[in-house]
Amino acid sequence: MSDGIDLLLRRAGFGATAVELSAARQAGYDAALSALVAPPGPDVGAMSAPIPNLGPDAYAGKRDLTYEEKVKLEDLRTAQTEQITQWWLNRMTVASHQAVEKLVFFWHGHWATSVKKVRSPQLMLQQHRTLRSAPDFKAMSRKMVTDAALNHYLDGHLNTRQAPNENLARELFELFVLGIGQYTEKDIKEAGRALTGWRFSLTKGSSVFDPRAHDAGSKNILGRRGHFAADSLVELLLTQDACPRFIAARLWYRYGSATEAIPGRLQDKMVQAFPKPLDMLRALFGDEAFHATGGTMVKQPVEWFVGAMRQLGLRPSNLPPETRKRVLRDLESLGQLPFAPPNVGGWPAGGAWLTSAAAQVRLRLAGTLAEHVSVSSLTPENLAYLLCVERWTNRTYNVLRGTQDRRLLLILGLVSPDYLVT
Amino acid sequence: MDALTRRRFLLASGVVAGGALAAGVGGMGLAELLRTAAADPSAAARTKKLVLVTLYGGNDGLNTVVPYAESVYHAARPELAYDAGKVLHLNDALGLNPVMRGMKRLWDEKRMAIVLGVGYPKPDRSHFKSMDIWQTASPVEPVTTGWLGRWLDGTNASPEAAVSFEPVLPPVLAGETRAGSCVNVGGMELPPGITVDMVAALGQSEPGEPELQARAAGAYRDLLRVEGLVRGAEQHQTSASPASEEAEVLTTGPGTRSVLETQLALVTRCIEAGVPTQVYSVSLDGFDTHAMERAGHESLLSRLDRALSAFVTRMARTEAGRQVTVVVYSEFGRRVRANASQGTDHGTAGPVFVLGPEVAGGFYGEQPSLADLDDGDLKVTTDFRDVFGTVLTSVLGADPDRYVGGGYRTKPLPLLAAG
Repeated sequence: MSDGIDLLLRRAGFGATAVELSAARQAGYDAALSALVAPPGPDVGAMSAPIPNLGPDAYAGKRDLTYEEKVKLEDLRTAQTEQITQWWLNRMTVASHQAVEKLVFFWHGHWATSVKKVRSPQLMLQQHRTLRSAPDFKAMSRKMVTDAALNHYLDGHLNTRQAPNENLARELFELFVLGIGQYTEKDIKEAGRALTGWRFSLTKGSSVFDPRAHDAGSKNILGRRGHFAADSLVELLLTQDACPRFIAARLWYRYGSATEAIPGRLQDKMVQAFPKPLDMLRALFGDEAFHATGGTMVKQPVEWFVGAMRQLGLRPSNLPPETRKRVLRDLESLGQLPFAPPNVGGWPAGGAWLTSAAAQVRLRLAGTLAEHVSVSSLTPENLAYLLCVERWTNRTYNVLRGTQDRRLLLILGLVSPDYLVT
Repeated sequence: MDALTRRRFLLASGVVAGGALAAGVGGMGLAELLRTAAADPSAAARTKKLVLVTLYGGNDGLNTVVPYAESVYHAARPELAYDAGKVLHLNDALGLNPVMRGMKRLWDEKRMAIVLGVGYPKPDRSHFKSMDIWQTASPVEPVTTGWLGRWLDGTNASPEAAVSFEPVLPPVLAGETRAGSCVNVGGMELPPGITVDMVAALGQSEPGEPELQARAAGAYRDLLRVEGLVRGAEQHQTSASPASEEAEVLTTGPGTRSVLETQLALVTRCIEAGVPTQVYSVSLDGFDTHAMERAGHESLLSRLDRALSAFVTRMARTEAGRQVTVVVYSEFGRRVRANASQGTDHGTAGPVFVLGPEVAGGFYGEQPSLADLDDGDLKVTTDFRDVFGTVLTSVLGADPDRYVGGGYRTKPLPLLAAG
């Protein structure tokens, strides 16, 4: 029977290798959990994948461009966007601190911002650094409220004293900090006024505050009156009881179950650990409710891909450039490309990933990965070991038994329903 | 330069049918779809059907239905404007783009209606936002269901009631509890060595396995059903010799056919086979013509023209086909004035085409004035919800205000002769 350690490793990180799973089993559940949420020392694996330095934005300081010049700059941006996307996929694969690394991806989906609208890979990477370096949710929120990419994505630059735009304010309440139903439309309107005056500068690669566009007047938000601005608004939101409960529920949605609500008792425990997300995750993974969630989640395409890379001993950065491009195209077809969530609500969860169109792409991508794996021999049994599948279903076992070809075995294992669900 | 494609919109849209997909509807095979035909073909033949054509990217309405008689038009876009002598005259003010000869013929036959100046209040110039608004019919606040998805919900529709021949389900077909089906036209390509039998075996469900795992297996079964049909259809096509130009529209293989023609060929086959589908969603993308517009736009319009005129002509030949109404829309028009790159930037109102054997041809609504612009953009004269509301009433026999939603009171247009 399962000891739950395989489930823990699959959910907390992108997909443990057979060696990592054995080591975790040796150590036992509690020690394995501690190693995930409080990893000792620096992340040795990640050292081979430092955050790239892109230099200034292609458009920084440029004006009065011709059509041809713009085409060139757009091409540069496209190439840089590919570069940072490939870098992140590689970083996810090589990182030793898997739970820390996966949490960054969680926050990206939480503060969902897409390069498809923001356009500037520099601003996206700047936001990425913020998400990665924030010690806890409060510190993160304080920075994100004026984050240049997020502001651009939610039209913050159009939000001025003269012509308020509520987009950012609404999502701040609904999707980022409090959750739906914890405020009134009046609160949103007033909060929109508090957030006026922020624009982004491509030259500086950050947000700039324009006091002339800021509405410095008095606002009434959540029953409090004051001259709220971005910083004081976020402080107000962070002191609401709804905030830690909302963040606990969001973590449960991605790490526990996307269909079952978070048990109240666990939510209370996670609220105690707020604002430190890894401590909240420790409470989640340590709770018996978590162990009952096996088989109820579908691996997101990025999880599936990065987990497979790790288990097969592959590194995205070692793949030929043409293959790396193909991988990005296939991940986009599967519906999940880092830095490009579909909307401000982030990526879907569960059965939405299981369409027949996705099944076809997954077969193709598995075929691509299998071309790059060198294993001397493979049986259904040691394939299960390699992919950390506890036991194949009869269905899948029968398919695997039908072939001796290592490449085919790998493809079939990777696309098997057994491997897709966690 | 932001080459927006239909795919990217679909992936980027706020509506993903999460709820409906999680409820177990979604992908279905074309074979399965055609199998639904046998039950009562005569009933299916009498049922009215909608073919919704989405032009992704923002079609330049002023160079599609050209106000050739207005000097402002020629002055605002000297490099892009069409001479009065070139356009295909519809009346003494408006004419079709010179490449749209097939649709001009339908116009002359009174089988094409043009609704002028269609849009919504406070136009949004983001492709994503504006397309979401058209597909959800909710200009005021974002909602997670499409207007046809809500109709699917409200009628407890079966999975084959609405079908999209697109890679990802378009938001317009996503409901709360129901969703249209997504049928892949491209057929299936397997990695070398992976056989159909292997995929079929992975598609078996295992007693007692978790529900999602069974769903993952089901996706492989769906994939194979589509493959079986597309292969069979290709063989059928090569053995039959195309008798006329119109027969060519039935070719489904990749190659010289445009995406739209391929999709409409599948629609044709479903309709003529008596499939009880009431709504088909197809699309053509590439209309985001910011630069060097003229040649690219003409190429797109001629593809649209060829595909639609052949389709409508063919539909007129069968009883099932005569029940078809085609609606063609785009997320916005483009600005009146050309930009410095011989293209046009995102604008507002545009024409909507309604075609079909039963359509009452002619103009509806009012052409927006070029003399009275809103910050360089056309003013909307017809709300798009009135067009979709008319479709709900006249084609789907449904209460428009219930499905257009948001408390909007639709004003029906007499677009269908039989009403």
